[in-house]
Amino acid sequence: MESLYILIPLSVVFVFVIGWVFWRALESGQFDDLDRPAHDILADDDRPPEDGA
Amino acid sequence: MCCAGCQAVARTIAAAGFESYYQTRSASGPTPQTLPPAAVYDDPLAQRQFVATAGEHVREVSLILDRIRCAACLWLNEQWLRRLPGVTRVDINYATHRAQLAWDERRTKLSEILEAVRAIGYDAWPYDPRRQDEVRRRERRGALLRLFVAGFGAAQAMMYAFPAYLDDGSGTLTAANEQLMRWAGLILTLPVLLVSCRPFFAAAWQDLRRRTVSLDTPIALGIAAGFAASTWATFTGRGEVYFDSIAMLVFLLLGARYLETAARQRAARELDHLARWMPSFAQRLRGPDDPAGERVAAHALAPGELALIAPGERVPADGVVERGASSADESLLTGESRPVAKAPGAALVGGSVNLEQPLVMRVTRAGAETQAAAIARLVERAAAARPKLVEGADRLARHLTLVVLAAAAGAFLWWLAAAPARAPWVAVAVLVVTCPCALALAAPIVLTRANARLLARGLALTRSRAIEALARASDVVLDKTGTLTLGRFALARTATFGALDAAACRTLARSLEGASRHPIARAFGEGPVLRVADARNYPGHGVESVADRGRVRLGTAAFCRELARSAPPPAGAGPAHTTVYLADATGWLAAFLLEDELRPDAVELVAALMARGFALHLVSGDEPAVVEALARRLGIEAFAGGASPQDKYAYCERLQRTGRVVAMIGDGLNDAPVLARADVSVALAAGADAAQAQADLVLLGEQAQARLLVIDEAFAVARRAMRVIRQNFAWALAYNVVALPLAAAGVVGPWEAALGMAASSFIVVLNAMRPLAPKAPWKASTYSSRSRSFSYS
Repeated sequence: MESLYILIPLSVVFVFVIGWVFWRALESGQFDDLDRPAHDILADDDRPPEDGA
Repeated sequence: MCCAGCQAVARTIAAAGFESYYQTRSASGPTPQTLPPAAVYDDPLAQRQFVATAGEHVREVSLILDRIRCAACLWLNEQWLRRLPGVTRVDINYATHRAQLAWDERRTKLSEILEAVRAIGYDAWPYDPRRQDEVRRRERRGALLRLFVAGFGAAQAMMYAFPAYLDDGSGTLTAANEQLMRWAGLILTLPVLLVSCRPFFAAAWQDLRRRTVSLDTPIALGIAAGFAASTWATFTGRGEVYFDSIAMLVFLLLGARYLETAARQRAARELDHLARWMPSFAQRLRGPDDPAGERVAAHALAPGELALIAPGERVPADGVVERGASSADESLLTGESRPVAKAPGAALVGGSVNLEQPLVMRVTRAGAETQAAAIARLVERAAAARPKLVEGADRLARHLTLVVLAAAAGAFLWWLAAAPARAPWVAVAVLVVTCPCALALAAPIVLTRANARLLARGLALTRSRAIEALARASDVVLDKTGTLTLGRFALARTATFGALDAAACRTLARSLEGASRHPIARAFGEGPVLRVADARNYPGHGVESVADRGRVRLGTAAFCRELARSAPPPAGAGPAHTTVYLADATGWLAAFLLEDELRPDAVELVAALMARGFALHLVSGDEPAVVEALARRLGIEAFAGGASPQDKYAYCERLQRTGRVVAMIGDGLNDAPVLARADVSVALAAGADAAQAQADLVLLGEQAQARLLVIDEAFAVARRAMRVIRQNFAWALAYNVVALPLAAAGVVGPWEAALGMAASSFIVVLNAMRPLAPKAPWKASTYSSRSRSFSYS
């Protein structure tokens, strides 16, 4: 059971890391438009960009 | 290509070898004409308002995209804009239909970008995003962060609380391990408290300073007390900890609030559409002889000033035509898409579009005084006002809060004497278990959603109490002219008296009426006209002109008799007819039996309202015989004709005195007293007059089309909304009445209390989010696309 003394603090640290990552994602605008990704997958433009376009 | 239909047409044209059509056609589609020219947005004055500088030559603007039908349209717009030379960045928000755009001002102009959007059949205009969008985005991000921290913290805290719940005292969980778990729970709950609970603590602090209590007071108190007691237990190693309960309580509460905010914001977006009726700029003339004038902000116009409106531009203010003849599209305000002819003296409504010729107008009302602005204000006022229902619920919730605080203090003291160790936890349970917020949440979301739903269907709510009254209504009083009928005449029959046949008489009548704007003129329809000269209008009698066959008159029997010099022959008019005669110097030519045209959906509306169990009344100022004929035709049993506004008022009052709840549907202007008297009123004011309508609800737009059924839908939505609100109240009250004694008796622990209260507000919010309208039919497209993707896999 000694491993708990490492694992639990570690998991607490992870929680804070994940919280920070979420905060970064939020501030970069990732959650501002939740409708778009669902449509992006349908409106995928696979063609290479034309020159001069 | 905007859709499959256009594609099919284009393919057909190309397949037939007619591609040159696309090279030679001079106009592409009907859309650009009705829009203000994009060039005004190149004006530095305009740019200062909308455009931000993001580099030496890079400019940024926020655009509202319109005429968007689905996500594919947004995709198309984005791709299209991205390929424009000079455009460096395009971001379209799929949820709000707003675009962020950056471009190099050396390579393109804002007007070219806007024109490009118009070229593919959409519309875009810049707006000032700083006003609301920034605030909304900040709110949204803050709410998401708080929700995430609370949810994640709650899940993790539960992990560390779990072993303690499972511990059966067999020694598997050592004291040292348990202490470790408690510390982990404490550390994980700390951010929940610091980040997620800020709104609760901030509100409670405000209340404390103002010496009042609000719904947040017991929540903040409960959270703080629970956290303090748990922390104390962690430090001393004695007593219970409830970190998981605290974090979960916060998460569930925030979840409920998030849903509420989302519902409110969606409703607020609907109002944006009203705000953009008015153009930003006007061409002010310094005097009657000023040829071009100067460009000024539309709200800078003052009554009495002259303004020039180029074809295709929006009318910048309310006013009258001073010079010029043209036609205007007032569809934004009236819903009537047919152009309205405008000659000197005719009224112009701000926001309508001048279609053909330049007009010079004299401003009568500008800026915030215009009718379009007034309508927008009415709707906003109603949206912001708190209906009695909500106020009552708030008062009740406040009282309940006081009861809760008192009960918590009482329970604490009693348990302090009986079992001191349990006293703080019982107090926390009492504070947390009661859910006055369920009471406070019960009504507003539902009302806001009902409001937004009706507005989306073109029914503007101008008084916040309307939904409640709509749901209670037992009787519907209908006006006739302009409500069930269009106030527009249709030719029922033509009786001829010899000299000319029916078609020739109609042509002659059409030619005579052609010069006049009388509502009767429409009855003769479209068709060939003869040249007539010296047209003269005798208001209230008829018109006279000189045609090939000499002087001809069209109008009342008495008016035509002066010319025909004999008694009018019998025309066989029924009770529902208005008769108009045509005569010349040789005698009577024809009698036209006119009928006021029934709205296409009036019959359906009456049937639908009857099916809902309303007692219907037809009360009109028209001839009793005409009213009776219409009532019989529609199957309405209670009717009164020849009623003056006072009579209508008395009729309504009589009904109310017998305990009926009256909903009045009228045209909004002539019925003002009775509309105000009725418990709830719906006006069909033809848009332009909507602002003056003394009605609780105003049906905007589509004067001539099948829109009356929206009123029936409003009754359905209101009833459903009130039912949901009643359910919510019943639940909230029942829950609190049961939960409070249980918690005070110590039966319910803090974590059960937290679960119960959060579940209670969740139930209320979820119930409030249920659809308010009857279910839409299953979408075939969703179904087929899904089944197709299955077959591929």
